Amino acid sequence: MSTVEEKSQEVTEEQPDDATPVDPPEPPPATEAEPKGGILPAFLIGIVASLIVGWVVFPQLLYSKKRQPVDFNHAIHVREVGNDCAGCHYFREDGTFSGIPKLDKCVECHAEPIGISREEADFIEKYVATGTEVPWYVYAKQPPCVFFSHAAHIKMGHMECATCHGDIGESEHARVYQENRITGYSRDIWGHNISGYTRHTWESMKMADCARCHQKENVHQSSVQTKKGACFVCHK
Amino acid sequence: MKVGRRRFLAFGIGGAVGTALTPLPWKLMDDISIWTQNWPWTPVPPKGVVSHVNSVCTLCPGRCGITVRKVGDRVVKIEGTKGHPVNDGGICLLGLSGPQFLYGPSRVRSPLKRVGKRGEGRWEAISWEQAVSEVAKRMGELRAKAEPHTVGCLLPEDRGSVAQLFARLLTVYGSPNVMRRPSIEDTYEMALYQTHGIIGRPGFDLQKTTFLLSFGSGYLQGWGSPVHMFRAHSHLLSNSCRVVQVEPRLSISAAKADRWMAVKPGTEAALALGLCHVIVKESLYDKAFVDKHCQGFDAWTDEQGQKQPGFKELVLGNFTPATTAEITGLKQADIIELARNFAKASRPLAICGRGNGSVPGTLGEFMAVYALNALVGSVGRSGGVLALPEAEYLQWPAPEMDEVAAKGMQQQRLDGAGGDKYPLARYRTSYLAALLKGGGYPLKMLLVAGENPVYDLPGSTELKKALADIPFLVSFSSFMDETAAMADLVLPNHIYLERLEDVPPVFGLPKPLLQLCRPVTAPQFDTRHTGDVIIQIARALGGGVAAAFPWPDYESCLKQVLGGHFARLHKDGYLEGRVPELRFETASGRFEFINTEYKAKPAYTPVIPQGDKGVFPLVLTGYDSMRLAGGAVADSPFMVKSVDDTVLKKGDVLVEVNPHTAGQQGLAEGDAVVLATPAGRARVRVHLSHRVPPGMVAMPRGLGHTAYDPFIGGKGVNFNELIAPVPDPVSGLDAAWGIRASLTKV
Ligand code: SF4
Repeated sequence: MSTVEEKSQEVTEEQPDDATPVDPPEPPPATEAEPKGGILPAFLIGIVASLIVGWVVFPQLLYSKKRQPVDFNHAIHVREVGNDCAGCHYFREDGTFSGIPKLDKCVECHAEPIGISREEADFIEKYVATGTEVPWYVYAKQPPCVFFSHAAHIKMGHMECATCHGDIGESEHARVYQENRITGYSRDIWGHNISGYTRHTWESMKMADCARCHQKENVHQSSVQTKKGACFVCHK
Repeated sequence: MKVGRRRFLAFGIGGAVGTALTPLPWKLMDDISIWTQNWPWTPVPPKGVVSHVNSVCTLCPGRCGITVRKVGDRVVKIEGTKGHPVNDGGICLLGLSGPQFLYGPSRVRSPLKRVGKRGEGRWEAISWEQAVSEVAKRMGELRAKAEPHTVGCLLPEDRGSVAQLFARLLTVYGSPNVMRRPSIEDTYEMALYQTHGIIGRPGFDLQKTTFLLSFGSGYLQGWGSPVHMFRAHSHLLSNSCRVVQVEPRLSISAAKADRWMAVKPGTEAALALGLCHVIVKESLYDKAFVDKHCQGFDAWTDEQGQKQPGFKELVLGNFTPATTAEITGLKQADIIELARNFAKASRPLAICGRGNGSVPGTLGEFMAVYALNALVGSVGRSGGVLALPEAEYLQWPAPEMDEVAAKGMQQQRLDGAGGDKYPLARYRTSYLAALLKGGGYPLKMLLVAGENPVYDLPGSTELKKALADIPFLVSFSSFMDETAAMADLVLPNHIYLERLEDVPPVFGLPKPLLQLCRPVTAPQFDTRHTGDVIIQIARALGGGVAAAFPWPDYESCLKQVLGGHFARLHKDGYLEGRVPELRFETASGRFEFINTEYKAKPAYTPVIPQGDKGVFPLVLTGYDSMRLAGGAVADSPFMVKSVDDTVLKKGDVLVEVNPHTAGQQGLAEGDAVVLATPAGRARVRVHLSHRVPPGMVAMPRGLGHTAYDPFIGGKGVNFNELIAPVPDPVSGLDAAWGIRASLTKV
């Protein structure tokens, strides 16, 4: 006989005689009694675990880490080439911005190895000798839906490069490029602090960052639809 | 410790609360939204070096300067060239759509030979060598049979090197049948010749005009050079110029004018003469100009010693305000007031040619408008109408004609233009359907380049049947248009963005302007420049024909015939000419109100629309819009999308009907009806509108393509299927402003 039947027997026996006979009650679940207590700790564990996941594990998973193809030394180039950033990142005659230099710009100086470092030899062998463009990872690359003009910011807005790009010009090694596995864009866009908190203008490059400055500088704050910044300034 | 359900739930809730306190959900949401915007199939411009190339848009006769933005080799955007004398940075919807034509699915990708029945759409791709030799073989056979004149050629232009290469080919081959579609440019040319004795075209100095009187010209609907007219209109507004539009329908041009004079359809010339009447009668005309420069104002004696009535008598006798009011349906007081205001303006200008100018109109009307300009002294002065003589900018070596060619060239032209009946006309292509059926002789071969007659000529239903009877039809179209679809051979040309070609002067500009269309990108498909193909056909024909084409290719030919112009054109893209001094080369050496030689004169020639009033109680008329391309080039997919749903709705075209007329016919908004005319019938829908007067049905031109691709074709009805040409008795050109029509509910 099962336990259940025994229990039901007991109950029946305890009933007063005059009691109307009733059907045996639903048997309780066959599991052990639910342990009482321990709910708060479980709750707290849940919180702590998710905080760890959200703040520590998630960023690790979200971004892959890639090394630049060449360990580029900005500091030395600024010193040697001169003319600050514009030595390599200049405006063409027609006002367009040259962006990241193409190989032929590098070759102007690096036709032959300069110095004896392993990196230099690799660079010459892999790219200069074969005429292959260096597939740089671009920290500041924006999605194609964003129209960005360097001329408008530097020439017309008289902004400094560092306002958006920080002190990259002083770096001696290429930073690790962290690529968002979902979007394919650099971690620099959102900012390295996963909370999105920034202290300096160059620490993130999201739309809100552009908008903040556009609002402050009153750049086309004239959209008929939104009564705010005109969307078409950046989204053509 | 056992986990248990409650603890598990507590852990889960804790997890959820904790997660909400991390950036994870917000960051994920943000990333996912960016991810969704960057799916690989979302169209984005390619990466690459951005460059700009200047050229000319030749999608319509407007010939705007364009600046093409490229990323790498890909054309991504076309803009108007800033500072360009035609359009100064402006562009129209059609011009903007260039990339859709360049990369669109209706391009013909290689030479094609018909293998199925005519028009069935079954083709075999062939090599260029085979294509050229098949054309040459056919032409050779006809020439051997001494029938070279049975080969015709249909072009959009007769100026420019490619058109002249075709003309040269047909001349040395022995056929006079080079044709192009006439337009108001032809009538203006005739009127200029009759009044000034100059062969050329008028230029309009709109920048300085202070009163623009337009007799039905759609100055914001594609008349003249469309974007140039938009620019000119802005100037007119900033000069506080008064604009008066004379037109039966409230078109965009009428709506934008200061005053709309709703005349009865087809009576614009009567109003022009009525205005002349008031101006003469009240002595408001420019006496100094008339005395010094004009002939035929007063009565005169001709060479035979016969007394001829002058223009003064003509208008004073016939066009009193009362008569004019009766003809035009306007009020007498309005006519008088308009005449006074026009004459008293400092630099008034009258223009004519209805809509976008594709229907030539009557010579009498154009001469009446010229006379009106002359009366107020607006001929040859700033703000008025200028005479720009035809500049022969291409220097061709004289070809040698053999016997067959000379004999062939003596044949009458099939269209009778320039013959005894219509000595003034150069081309009468609007009647092609009738000519092919009942002309002097049958056409055995037709070369069509840059034109799409099956769509674009009036009476296109009939024309389609007539073309089907031509034994050999060759199309040089870059697109699978309605004519190419019927052809035996298609020899696709490069489109304008891929080719080098001179661009002849633009109609209506105040200065002569020669331009050069330069390739902005490499040919996308196995197409070939028609200029090269003509030279190759000539070579294959051999003998005297080949001898007239000594060039190895089109480019060297162009360089030779452009001579010194080539280098400058290549550098700057265009060359502006000078405005010549005011001069007249008529027999009298003056501006002739009535031509002393031909006796052509300003006149109101009522053009009666075809059809029986009993069967067709209404009148159908076409209208033009900048959102639709009414010409040989089809509307782009982009343009089709821009059309209002009161014009095109779910593939049905809507025709405008006055609510009063609709009431009489028992029609309501959106009703499906059969619109029938003597030329054809079509299913359309009704749109009630006060823009049109009672009794009129107005339909947009430019819809109803049946070929091309699903983005262009199958939308609405082609107006040309429903209209038929009506000749002006003097010029012989098509002057139909409408056709009788009926609406029957289905
Ligand atoms: S008006 Fe004509 S020439 Fe000018 S951009 Fe439009 S289609 Fe091209």
